[in-house]
Amino acid sequence: MSDELSRAKAATATDFTDGEWHRLHRATPLFRGGLTLLIIVGVIVANFRERLIEAFIPGGGEFTPEDPLFEYIIAENLILQAAAALLGLLLLIIAGFWLSWRFHAFRITDQVVEVRSGILFRTNRKGRLDRIQGINIVRPFIPRLFGAAKLEISVAGNDANVPLQYLTGAQADALRRDILLLASGARRDAAGSGAPSAEAAPGAVDSVEVPPGTSLTLASGVIDKRVGEFLAPELDPSLVEPETVVHMNPGRLIGSTVLGGPAIVFVLLTAGLITGIAMTGEVALVVGFIPAMLGIGGFLVSRITRSLRYSIAATPDGVRVGFGLLSTSNETLPPGRIHSVKVSQPLLWRPFGWWQIAVNRASRSSAQGAGGQAQTTILPVGNADDVRTVLRLLLPAGVTDDSMPMIDLGLTGSGDEGGFVPSPRRARPLRWFSVKRNATALTPELVMLRAGAVWRSLTLVPYPRIQSAAVTQGPIERALRLGSIQVHTVAGPIVANLGALDREHAVSFFEHVSGRAIAAAERDTSHRWGETPAEEPSAPESAP
Amino acid sequence: MTDPTPVSETPTPAPETPTPARIELPVEPGEWQRVSPKYIVVDIVGWLIFGGIMTVASFTPVWIGWSFGWILPVVLGTIFLLVIAFTPRRVRAIGYALRDDDLLFRRGILFQRFVAVPYGRMQLVDISRGPVARMLGLAELKFVTAAASSGVLIPGLPLERAEQLRDHLVAVAETRRAGL
Repeated sequence: MSDELSRAKAATATDFTDGEWHRLHRATPLFRGGLTLLIIVGVIVANFRERLIEAFIPGGGEFTPEDPLFEYIIAENLILQAAAALLGLLLLIIAGFWLSWRFHAFRITDQVVEVRSGILFRTNRKGRLDRIQGINIVRPFIPRLFGAAKLEISVAGNDANVPLQYLTGAQADALRRDILLLASGARRDAAGSGAPSAEAAPGAVDSVEVPPGTSLTLASGVIDKRVGEFLAPELDPSLVEPETVVHMNPGRLIGSTVLGGPAIVFVLLTAGLITGIAMTGEVALVVGFIPAMLGIGGFLVSRITRSLRYSIAATPDGVRVGFGLLSTSNETLPPGRIHSVKVSQPLLWRPFGWWQIAVNRASRSSAQGAGGQAQTTILPVGNADDVRTVLRLLLPAGVTDDSMPMIDLGLTGSGDEGGFVPSPRRARPLRWFSVKRNATALTPELVMLRAGAVWRSLTLVPYPRIQSAAVTQGPIERALRLGSIQVHTVAGPIVANLGALDREHAVSFFEHVSGRAIAAAERDTSHRWGETPAEEPSAPESAP
Repeated sequence: MTDPTPVSETPTPAPETPTPARIELPVEPGEWQRVSPKYIVVDIVGWLIFGGIMTVASFTPVWIGWSFGWILPVVLGTIFLLVIAFTPRRVRAIGYALRDDDLLFRRGILFQRFVAVPYGRMQLVDISRGPVARMLGLAELKFVTAAASSGVLIPGLPLERAEQLRDHLVAVAETRRAGL
């Protein structure tokens, strides 16, 4: 194992992956507790504002004595003691910050990533590399100004994240590459550097990247670097193939937001308010609506600002989704981590041909996704071409040139064209408009469920991710000789169910899917996606 | 598997349901294994307690003095009695089959449900026992996958059988282990 580790390490770019404990960015506690500190300072300043103005510009401010504590301190001449107490408190806070930084450490071996933190209440979190569901680099606005980033490694489970907060931006990028390399099981050094030499990467990324110089050039260098990082594209152009990149079209984003559900509610609310005022003449009605209006308005604005710099692209280690204007997020989803995909189209988007893509994943990041939705919305809005590109990225095995015509039929088609099996005509009492849209189709790699004539949707489930399958029948369906099928994947916004199918077809679909799922799961090796097929896939399982 | 207790798939050809409309899987009838008939008692006791509490609670309008308050307890009581009357039929409809690569589970008469869970998808197996089931020596076995909606819960297994089944499932799952 140590041999394996050092071989893998030889190909990595940082010295974090050596299995030793490392510490995080020095300003971490400040960033994490930063908001609280700012609020306290704000409260103090707000309270003492008049007093301070009075002290510096005598007679300038309209000073009204209203703070008895402050008055008492002045009156009893305790200014020195008060200052000392403040200083002590400040020192205590700094000491606490320093201690929490000292106790916060992480290590990365070729099997696990582990983080320990806490002074009194110690926590220790360990994630297995072959269970990684995604690696997310989040740059909240304030840390981003200082060039810091949070690396979040999600493993399967609800909020099962191993966060490394904060690292410098360059470290986070390099570490992500290294973790993905280790997790993929790839042996990229097979061609050269066979000797297990630990000094192959001699401190390639240190905490101080700027070469020593005069303080002036150092300072300007740091500023240049910050500005460069701040303006840098979220996607490293050297990593991605340009034809796979999908960017957000601002006009489409605004249009889709305006035609989306919340915006319509907003308009209806406003219309209701105006008629209400016109009818009763009570302008005070506005007050009651303000909270709802603010909430919806804020949601709409945040959806637009978050999704503006949206991009999705393929990298060798999976799909990379980036978005965010001030606070940015950039997540890599390794292959085989997408459990189901749903392409859907609200009614009002149809004239424009816009679609939305959501996915089910085994992990949930605590960070929010594009458009303020959970991180399950992969494409907030896109046209049919974007949908095709993104589907190819998300399900590279299943969405190929061969199956693309079927996917097009799944999006807009109806009837039994192209291998789709729709509900029989007798299902019309249960599917008034969508009896022809309500269909299943099977490709060698995917299960497709098409539904909805008004709100169109197409659900794709790759066979290796199917956990189980079910066929059910209720009394009404029995009377019509119909049945329902369910394809179970990990929990998420997508439920891969389809009702009102022909009974015979439902049973054969169930038999087929459950059989194929077993075979596909046995063949699947995506938990170590970079490993050469010749290697024993179960070898990494044996380590502790 | 040493005591398979095979039963025919539809023990009593029910005349009230036209056979062609029902879902039947192409599984040999002998492959279905039935849960213990003693589970009927457990089920009935559970419904009696729940139904009794609900029915008694529904008498509240009568005590308050509403003129038609008696309708609610009568309706509720009738529904619960019907549910209890169908318990033996419902319990007979519960079955499971150990196929080569997956576990097949069925239940329900009015709302039929068939689930196929590949052994390799098993995350854990749970055996739990309620007080009534324990008195009758029964246990229920829950097969948990990464999908919450799989919902395979086999009730009314004799404890020995449940433990045997658990060990078998764990062993089989180990040889067919798959990722998520």
